[in-house]
Amino acid sequence: MAAVKETVDQVLSIDVDKYKYGFVSDIESDLAPKGLNEDIVRFISAKKDEPEWLTEWRLEALRRWQTMEEPTWARVDYPPIDFQDLHYYAAPKKTTGPKSLDEVDPALLDTYKKLGIPLKEQEILAGVEKGERPVAVDAVFDSVSVVTTFKAELAKHGVIFCPISEAVRTHPELVRKYLGSVVPITDNFYATLNSAVFSDGSFVYVPKGVRCPMELSTYFRINEKKTGQFERTLIIADEGAYVSYLEGCTAPSRDENQLHAAVVELIALDDAEIKYSTVQNWYPGDSEGKGGVFNFVTKRGDCRGKNAKISWTQVETGSAITWKYPSCILRGDNSRGEFYSIAISNGRQQVDSGTKMIHLGKNTSSKIISKGISAGRSSNTYRGLVSVGRKASGARNFTNCDSLLIGNKCGAHTVPYIESKNASAIVEHEATTSKISDDQLFYCLQRGLPQEEAIALIVNGFVKDVLQQLPMEFMVETQKLIGISLEGSVG
Amino acid sequence: MLEIKNLHARIGDREILKGLTLTVNPGEVHAIMGPNGAGKSTLSYILAGKEDYEVTEGEVLLNGESILDLEPNERSVAGLFLAFQYPIEIPGVATMTFLKAALNAHRKAKGQDELTTPEFMKLVKGVSEKLNITSEMLRRPVNVGFSGGEKKRAEIMQMALLQPSICILDETDSGLDIDALKVVAEGVNALRSPDRAFVVITHYQRLLDHIVPDIVHVLSDGRIVRTGGPELALDLEKNGYAAYVADAAA
Repeated sequence: MAAVKETVDQVLSIDVDKYKYGFVSDIESDLAPKGLNEDIVRFISAKKDEPEWLTEWRLEALRRWQTMEEPTWARVDYPPIDFQDLHYYAAPKKTTGPKSLDEVDPALLDTYKKLGIPLKEQEILAGVEKGERPVAVDAVFDSVSVVTTFKAELAKHGVIFCPISEAVRTHPELVRKYLGSVVPITDNFYATLNSAVFSDGSFVYVPKGVRCPMELSTYFRINEKKTGQFERTLIIADEGAYVSYLEGCTAPSRDENQLHAAVVELIALDDAEIKYSTVQNWYPGDSEGKGGVFNFVTKRGDCRGKNAKISWTQVETGSAITWKYPSCILRGDNSRGEFYSIAISNGRQQVDSGTKMIHLGKNTSSKIISKGISAGRSSNTYRGLVSVGRKASGARNFTNCDSLLIGNKCGAHTVPYIESKNASAIVEHEATTSKISDDQLFYCLQRGLPQEEAIALIVNGFVKDVLQQLPMEFMVETQKLIGISLEGSVG
Repeated sequence: MLEIKNLHARIGDREILKGLTLTVNPGEVHAIMGPNGAGKSTLSYILAGKEDYEVTEGEVLLNGESILDLEPNERSVAGLFLAFQYPIEIPGVATMTFLKAALNAHRKAKGQDELTTPEFMKLVKGVSEKLNITSEMLRRPVNVGFSGGEKKRAEIMQMALLQPSICILDETDSGLDIDALKVVAEGVNALRSPDRAFVVITHYQRLLDHIVPDIVHVLSDGRIVRTGGPELALDLEKNGYAAYVADAAA
């Protein structure tokens, strides 16, 4: 029996239940009643003590959403979602808002500790003495942010890093100016839904000429049953500023599906740079495709100023359904957009992900490196758009999409769209599809590597170009995560 | 050390080995020669445990234990090393990383701790320098863009690092010019020791000028048809395989 054949057999008996973040925290929640209508939107807005303009903004989105239909063009297949059967707000009861760590429910701190996310600054600083770089963390649990670390340290540099619900109160002028300016409330079904009911997420503002002194990170956790998480993140890098931001996500293993519909907006002004990395490890569902997170996400960055740069790096290993296209609008002259992606699907996971690079300014350039790995009976689609506007003279794009198949029950698809309205544009597209060969596996095994380690080694080699884009701190973690995600694909 | 008894093996419907018997003692170097299609490479793959082949009869013992039920990686850590005729490329995986993973797998199987990075570097430096392998080459992905000579030298380096008890060299001379052949042969000779044995599979005599065997076998149509000393290889070189092949058919 050939090694790959055997791999396939083992994939059939795959145990996605190895998902190690599947525990549920027993924390009492404040839940909104199920369903979605104007009262619920007002309820959420009132819970967050929002100003009138924002309540109206949400209601406008809701009215819009009620006229919209769910998109069906993606290569994913799932039972209809009953949007009236969900809770649109869930918050740990003891926490009314982010406070100092001493006041945070110990059960919550425990949850994050189990996830390997230290929230106590002294613990993080202890790590610094061992040579680790500090990372400021905003921890979002269901619908609210429970704590944000290193706020004081960041404030010294003028960097604002806080839950968006807090920013609405403390920096209304910034929120009002930028919220919805990249992803308008009319954008698409899920983004519009998010605009109506968004719960919490991070807000970052890096002032002119400031290089943010540490990595910023948000850690999202869905805990409560039958809830949707609708995070909203807004990051603004003012002229000449630089910030690197990382988000991580996990959820408990539950039989029913959980809905996650996030919106992330990035704005880079003249000469600014934003590097946004995601390590998405939502619960993928079990081997039969039961349960798992439906991840419908709209992420978009706007290079609004000249010489601005926005770089997306994503490692997608979780979720039952992933529908996600982090994009860049290259509006400023000489602006640059980058998209580096590793999407791993196993079991019954379905991924439809990619990017959009919209070239509007002169001499703009974009680069897309996408590595899809499919195992088990999963489906993995890259869908990307490169669009060059009439005035975007000198636009340049390079796209490279590689797919790696493990076994022969999975699928990989590449759907690139290219539109160019300017004759001076240069758009390149390269794509390959390969399989881990029996010969490669045999060679590694002959040198003593167990099969599972051999696969992880070969896959890590395949995704190396993208791994190198991740912040150092997360590279090693991610390599391990890739190993874990493919566990069971090889027995 | 290595005992092969009446080995029969097939790939699909085609029987390739038809009762091969061979005993290799510690310290010995055996050469297996034979015409194309005699089953030389098949033998090396079967010993290493490649899955495409089915053993239908016979036994293979390594240090007295049957290895036919072992996975290829278990055979490796039990001390069996195969230097590939066509070493496989693994894009994106630095040679150094690969060596470390292999060595640690061996150490783990023996219940030893992983080496520290400085210890490991020192060990690699020791084996790579003798084979003219530069640190630049060690940073390159496994076998990707290596010349024929570089690939074969890298195989011998891995052998030196893993310290196997039985080394099978499958057509190690193919694709090598004379200078590269000398380097590789020196690398192999440096590893000869009273407790290690070699099976050198080759088509041509010229490799055996540099790696001098104790015993030479002629493999034809899935069986050993003649066994002799180094002079047998010289005779083959002069007179060709025809006479031996005819013997086997008779």
